[in-house]
Amino acid sequence: MNEYKELTWQGLWANNPALVQLLGLCPLLAVTSTVTNALGLGLATLLVLVGSNITVSLVRDWVPKEIRIPVFVMVIATFVTVIQLLMNAYVYGLYQSLGIFIPLIVTNCAIIGRAEAYASKNPWRRSAFDGLMMGIGFSAVLVVLGGVREIIGNGSLFDGAELLLGDWAAGLRVELFAVDYPLLLAILPPGAFIAMGFIIALKNLIDHYREQRAKQPAKQVTRARVTAQ
Amino acid sequence: MTFKIAASPHTHQRRTTRQIMRLVYLALIPGVILQSVFFGWGVWFQLILALATAWLAEGLCMRLRGRPMWSAWRDHTAMVTAVLLAISIPALAPWWIIVIGTAFAVIVVKHVYGGVGQNLFNPAMAGYVVLLVSFPVQMTSWPAPTMLTEHSISVVDTINLIVSGYTSAGYNLEQLRTGIDGLTMATPLDSLRTDLGSQMTLAEATDKPIFTDFAGVGWQWINLAYLLGGLVLIKLRVISWHIPAGVLLGLGLPALLGAAFAPDQQIGPVLHLFSGATMLGAFFIATDPVTAATSNRGRLWFGLLIGALVYIIRTWGGYPDGVAFAVLLGNMMVPVIDKYTRPVVYGHRGHP
Repeated sequence: MNEYKELTWQGLWANNPALVQLLGLCPLLAVTSTVTNALGLGLATLLVLVGSNITVSLVRDWVPKEIRIPVFVMVIATFVTVIQLLMNAYVYGLYQSLGIFIPLIVTNCAIIGRAEAYASKNPWRRSAFDGLMMGIGFSAVLVVLGGVREIIGNGSLFDGAELLLGDWAAGLRVELFAVDYPLLLAILPPGAFIAMGFIIALKNLIDHYREQRAKQPAKQVTRARVTAQ
Repeated sequence: MTFKIAASPHTHQRRTTRQIMRLVYLALIPGVILQSVFFGWGVWFQLILALATAWLAEGLCMRLRGRPMWSAWRDHTAMVTAVLLAISIPALAPWWIIVIGTAFAVIVVKHVYGGVGQNLFNPAMAGYVVLLVSFPVQMTSWPAPTMLTEHSISVVDTINLIVSGYTSAGYNLEQLRTGIDGLTMATPLDSLRTDLGSQMTLAEATDKPIFTDFAGVGWQWINLAYLLGGLVLIKLRVISWHIPAGVLLGLGLPALLGAAFAPDQQIGPVLHLFSGATMLGAFFIATDPVTAATSNRGRLWFGLLIGALVYIIRTWGGYPDGVAFAVLLGNMMVPVIDKYTRPVVYGHRGHP
C-alpha cells in the first residue's frame, strides 16, 4: 500500500511529468488555449498512458532489451490510434480542434518515459497505477494552464465544453468578464511559455516553503547549561 | 590597519547608474518635444502614465523581493524603460495599453530575471512586442502628424481619448484618423509597405501628403532629434559608437543595394534611416548596456545584426517596422557574440 501512496505523491506532485520532468511540453503548450482543449488532450494522454503502461509491463519479460524502445513505441502508437478513432467517432468537434496533436501523443516523452523508467521494471498493477497518477498529474497541469490562459486571454472558462462533454455542457461556459480587446498574447504560444514558467515557479515556491517548515523544529535545539557559574 | 578588499571589476566608469540614466533622459528630451509637437499632447500623458506605472511596479517588486525600494527608485532604470516604451507607442492609445506594457516590462522582463543588470531582454522592447502581438489594432493606430489634420485635438480631448476612447464630441480614434476625406493616415513605413505590396512603384507610393519632405512629415525631424541626442551621448561617452554605427550600417547597406538594383520596388536608404524608430532604436534602445554585447568588436556585430534584421523585417516581414523584434533577436544572440568576440588578454596571442 505504501508503494501506491508513493506513486500517487510522485505522479501528482514530486515528479509531475509536466512541472518537474518537463516532458511532453509540445502538446502542453500548443493546445492549452482553452480548458476544454486541455482537458480533452489530458484525458486522451491519460488513457494512452494507462494502456501502454499495462501492456509494456505485461510483455516486459518477452521483449529483448535491444529492441525494447521500438516495441514500446509500437504499443503506444496502437493505443493512440485507438484513442484517435474513438475521438473521431464520439467527440468529433474536439477531434477537429485538437487536430494534429492527437496523433502526436505518440511522441509525448512523458509516455515513453514512464514505459521505460517504470512499466518495464514493475508488475502490471503498479504500472497501471503509475500511469494513472502520472496521467492525472499531467492532465491537472494542462487544465490549470488552459484555465489561466483562457481567463486572461478570453475572459471565459469552459468555452466550447460541449465539444467534449455533449450538448448539456454548453451551459458550463462561464463569462468571467467581457473584454473588447482580448490579451492575444495569452492565447498565442509565447503566453503558454510565460504562464508555464509562472506555474513552475509557483510549485517551486510551495516546495521551498514546505522545506522550510519541515526544517524549523530541528533548529530549535536548546542546550542545557551544564557548567557552573 | 585594515585594507579594503574590492571585488572586480577594478577598472570602472566614473558615473553611477543614476547619473547615466539621467543623461539618457536629457538626451531624449529634444526627440520627445518634437514628437509631442507632431503627435500632440498624448505623448506627455503616455509618459506620465508610463512613469507612474514603472514607479509602482518597481516598488512592488522590490517589496516582494525583500529589498529596499528606494535603491531601485534612485537608479532610474525602470523610469528610462518607461520613457522608451511611452515614446514607442501611438500617442493616443488607450491608457491600459501603456500600463500593461510597462508593468510587463518591469515585473516580468526585469524583476523576474533578477532586477537591474540581470535581464536577458531589453525590457522596453519586450513590453512593446507584448503589446504589438496582443493589441495590433491599437498599437498601429498612429495619429497623423498635426500639420496634416484638419483640426487639432485639444488637451481635454486627448485625455478623453486616452481614458475613455472617445472625444467629448463623441468621435473615436478611428474616426479622427480617417478624417473628412476618408483617407486613413498611416505611418510612412506602414503606407509604403501596403503600397509596395500592391505592386505600386516607389514614386507612386510616395506621392502622398505624408511624404512631402525627404522621409515622411514629422518622422524625419523626430529621427534627426534622436540622432542629435544619441550623438551627444556618444560625445559624453555614455554609449560607445559601435552599436549605433553597426545598426545604421546594417540597415543602410542593404537599403543602398536595394536602391541600386531595384530602385522602384525598395524603400530607399534615406527613408529607412530617417523613418520609423531607426534612430531611437540605434542610439537609445540597442545600446542598453545590460542586454547588448560587451566587447567593442561584439558590439559592432550586435549592431550590424540588428540593423540587418530591421531591414529584413521591414522589407519581407509582417510588420511595417521591426526595431523591437530585431533588438530582441539580437539580445538572444548576445551570448554567442560574446563567446566569439572575447578580447585577447594582454600578453597572450589571439586565436591560432
